[in-house]
Amino acid sequence: MRAAIITFPGINRENDIARAVTMAGGEALHAWHADADLPAKTDLVVLPGGFSYGDYLRCGAIAARAPIMAAVKAHIARGGHVLAVCNGFQIACEAGLLPGILMRNAGLKFVCRMQHLKVERTDTAFTAAYQSGQVIAVCIAHGEGNYVTDDETLAMLEGEGRVAFRYCDAAGDITKRNPNGSRNAIAGVYSENFRVLGMMPHPENLIEILVGGTDGLGLFESLMKAA
Amino acid sequence: MKARITVTLKTGVLDPQGKAIEGALKSFGLGGIESVRQGKLFEIELAAQSPAEAETRLKEACEKLLANTVVENYRIEVIG
Repeated sequence: MRAAIITFPGINRENDIARAVTMAGGEALHAWHADADLPAKTDLVVLPGGFSYGDYLRCGAIAARAPIMAAVKAHIARGGHVLAVCNGFQIACEAGLLPGILMRNAGLKFVCRMQHLKVERTDTAFTAAYQSGQVIAVCIAHGEGNYVTDDETLAMLEGEGRVAFRYCDAAGDITKRNPNGSRNAIAGVYSENFRVLGMMPHPENLIEILVGGTDGLGLFESLMKAA
Repeated sequence: MKARITVTLKTGVLDPQGKAIEGALKSFGLGGIESVRQGKLFEIELAAQSPAEAETRLKEACEKLLANTVVENYRIEVIG
């Protein structure tokens, strides 16, 4: 798997993603926001976390209009995969790759902590290494993770099975531990063709026992198998 | 030409910042505050032949970047 990790000004998680890709057996390549093209033979594009453009205007709004995004859209049109994490998720929503928007956390505070997620389905390129209904422990670190859509869009996402992960407690109860007020406790969503995944939590930071667990590695191993 | 663009949250969209400001204003003991919604104001100078042309360009600016129409409304005023 050749993963093109895109760095926008203010992004700071690109090397964490690169480590996770490498650990899963993939090849991590870097691309710059001002580039017109992705590296040759890119299987996966990653929009990493951070604070692109200082979160000015709206989180991800300015990065979503960067030159490289045209190449990302062409990659999706060719059937390529995109993983968008945290600020990357905000960029993907602002670029129209995914529906909805990430608003300020309902509790107004930046939330940085370990968080359980329920894996909604395991028949996608991103989650095949997990068990159905599995509860995984990863970390979250965001101030604007409150996933909002209108009622029709929410019904469409639920109806099409496009919710990837939901916030939950250790027992998998999705009515508990919602860190930001997201509708239906949504932590991640898929695009219509299930080739784009946007999520607020950071699976790339839970890949080693030494730093708290390995529950995030499955996502990268799944992508490795899909490539 | 000068213009002013106001971006506000649509009705029904949760505005935790507005709520916090509302709470602060009420805590001062200011009477009569019923609700607060926070928005954004852009003051823009642009070269255009006519107010209509300016408005067309600013509408494009709003749709492409200044507002996220999933949750926000915008209002354009060309001041002249």
